[in-house]
Amino acid sequence: MKNQHINPVEPYLRMDRMPHIWCPGCGIGIVVNCFVRALNQSGIDPDLVSIISGIGCTGRIAGYLKLDSFHTTHGRPIPFATGLKVARPELKVLVFSGEGDLVSIGGNHLIHAARRNSDIKVFCVNNFTYAMTGGQVGPTAPIHSIATTTPYGSYDRPFNLPFLADSTGAVYVARWTTYHVRQLTRSMVEAINKPGFCFVEIIAPCPTIYQRRNRLGDGLEAMRYYKRYSRVINGANTRMVGLELKGPIIVGKFIDRDRSTLLEAMNEEFSSKLGARYQPYPTGVVR
Amino acid sequence: MAVERRTSRRKSRGELFIDCERCKGCGFCVEFCPTQVLAMGEKLNRKGYHTPVIVDLEVCTGCDLCGLYCPDFAIHAVRVKIEAGEAKECDNGG
Amino acid sequence: MGADPQGVLTGVHFLDGDHACCEGAIAAGCRAAFGYPITPSTEIVERIALRLPLVGGVFVQMEDEIASSIAIQGAAWGGKKVITVTSGPGMSLMMEHVGLAAMTETPCVFVNVQRGGPSTGLPTLPAQGDMMQARWGSHGDYEIIAISPNSPQECFDLTVHAFNLSERYRVPVLIMMDESVGHMTERVTIPHAEQIEVESRRLPEGPKEEYLPFAPGENLVPPMAPVGEGYRFHVTGLTHNEKGYPVMSPDVQDHLVRRLLDKIRLNAEDIAMVEEDQIQDADVVLVAYGITSRVVLRTLHLAREKGLKVGVFRPVVVWPFPEKRLRELAERVKAFVVVELNYGQVVLEVERIVGGRVPTVLVPHGGGALHNPEDILRVVEEAW
Repeated sequence: MKNQHINPVEPYLRMDRMPHIWCPGCGIGIVVNCFVRALNQSGIDPDLVSIISGIGCTGRIAGYLKLDSFHTTHGRPIPFATGLKVARPELKVLVFSGEGDLVSIGGNHLIHAARRNSDIKVFCVNNFTYAMTGGQVGPTAPIHSIATTTPYGSYDRPFNLPFLADSTGAVYVARWTTYHVRQLTRSMVEAINKPGFCFVEIIAPCPTIYQRRNRLGDGLEAMRYYKRYSRVINGANTRMVGLELKGPIIVGKFIDRDRSTLLEAMNEEFSSKLGARYQPYPTGVVR
Repeated sequence: MAVERRTSRRKSRGELFIDCERCKGCGFCVEFCPTQVLAMGEKLNRKGYHTPVIVDLEVCTGCDLCGLYCPDFAIHAVRVKIEAGEAKECDNGG
Repeated sequence: MGADPQGVLTGVHFLDGDHACCEGAIAAGCRAAFGYPITPSTEIVERIALRLPLVGGVFVQMEDEIASSIAIQGAAWGGKKVITVTSGPGMSLMMEHVGLAAMTETPCVFVNVQRGGPSTGLPTLPAQGDMMQARWGSHGDYEIIAISPNSPQECFDLTVHAFNLSERYRVPVLIMMDESVGHMTERVTIPHAEQIEVESRRLPEGPKEEYLPFAPGENLVPPMAPVGEGYRFHVTGLTHNEKGYPVMSPDVQDHLVRRLLDKIRLNAEDIAMVEEDQIQDADVVLVAYGITSRVVLRTLHLAREKGLKVGVFRPVVVWPFPEKRLRELAERVKAFVVVELNYGQVVLEVERIVGGRVPTVLVPHGGGALHNPEDILRVVEEAW
């Protein structure tokens, strides 16, 4: 029973790198907690899991998780992950990164990986700002939000991430906040075990930058807000789940459908055209 | 009292582990504990953060929501059978 | 080690340089490729798309060159030998990931079929204007290897060699073709698989828990663990220690970056590949690489007919530049004439090495066509 004294996250953390860089009240550590529990529940051999991150606060997750992990360039974890998955289909290739990384500079990769159903799982921590560089406006920042580069308030329309992922072809789309730890953990298990491109948006507090500049209180205030103003609507029409500065947050599992993965579709096409000349490529998918 | 009534019927209870030096005082564990086991303490840890103190361990169910909510991996809980050993208390400030 | 016979099209073929490059990659063991169409390199990925599925490989046409240049690195860490292929503007987009590959010591091969630039420039016409970009295009200090084939046969042979160097030194290797070489069709002889020397990645030995992914091994090159086997290592583009952990300090920066440079610089003689023609008695040496090294052969012939003692020095591996050999020549020849399809790039390196001991003259050409050998001859005569 002695090992119960160790935080269950510890076996999966590079403890020689603690403490981490995340601010007091930041939500990214909660995402790590949920992921480790999800990994345990999924029954996957951790040696077969690779973590891919881009650049930013969330991008540091790769460096803290004691798994094969890659901290790539800004915006590019998704194509790196596609390359790794295609090379080693038996691996579980998981992307953890922020919304600036995945949706702004990396937006093109996101939509194309979803379109071709690359068998990777994307966990997008959305804190509405470029926190590591000091709080510039991000691609999901609600209209009127204050950032260092929108000192008078932002005025361009933010992305609705579940709608974006849904409309470009993701087979699994969910959104939770860091308040919804049990649901988030369950979604992570489902995503890890589901073949194809899975996208989970995780709304997280950024108390130092986003909350403060927009007078939204500290991390705890953000979590209270998530508790009070979130509405769980599983299967919600993703068109309807866009966010506003002080509006409600619709959370839930929105999309869960089946479609051939990139490698499955490749095998189907080549086998039908090439017949016996084609040796099917491993897909890593068990259906 | 309500607390006594609850504990007397339980087959398991919670055991709580807090590493105060990792804590950054966000208060998530205190706020979202379903049975209000914790409160923010007065003392500061070495980094100068107020850390949680246990106010009523008897009502802890070991649900580990505090563990899920802690962004700094400083607290977690486990469910143990009622005859299991003593819980570790928070050594506030070390 | 010989090549996997499954991929080797042994025999005599009539191939253009682009197609020969694809066959070289497959012969070298490349089984994962990612690319994006761009003239004049497109024929390489077209042939890869046709051929790889038949040899157990996989090709994905990515959404852009940025994606291609990092997808290869994911696949490389997955254990594959990888290639991406592009031209001018695409190479500019890939440069950040040349730096990532250098920093993370990821073996991978980039092909740049050069066309006239800057910008969109001359998409269908040759140039050699990306030579300095190949060497310096990504930010920070790093070393790469760049190889410049001058025929379809060499597009095959040197692509195999590029993969071998990339695996040996864990470094991105750039194959600097140009439109002329890429679209030129000639006889290409592909040997039997067992006659093709193929190098594979050096794997770590010893306990997994003690593995230091960036601790120098043979030739300063760290052995490379495969993903998915319990090493649980970390790779980052940040400055990192031997464990792979980011460390923001001048000491770690110096330790890391110096090794990245030294593993190429100190092994430059092993990497160097030079071709020389009539150099023994030469007074004036023509320096040229890629397609231009074939153009100057005509100049050499014309000069020798006139009784001028001219020779040709061709760096086949352009980066690192074969400095030692050029320095030896500088001790005894009267002049160097550097001929390149740009307004003066590799000439800067030649001038640096020659160090003013003898005159170094440039014969520039902006690209879009090749030099006229007689124009070069006139410069040679003036150099006398």
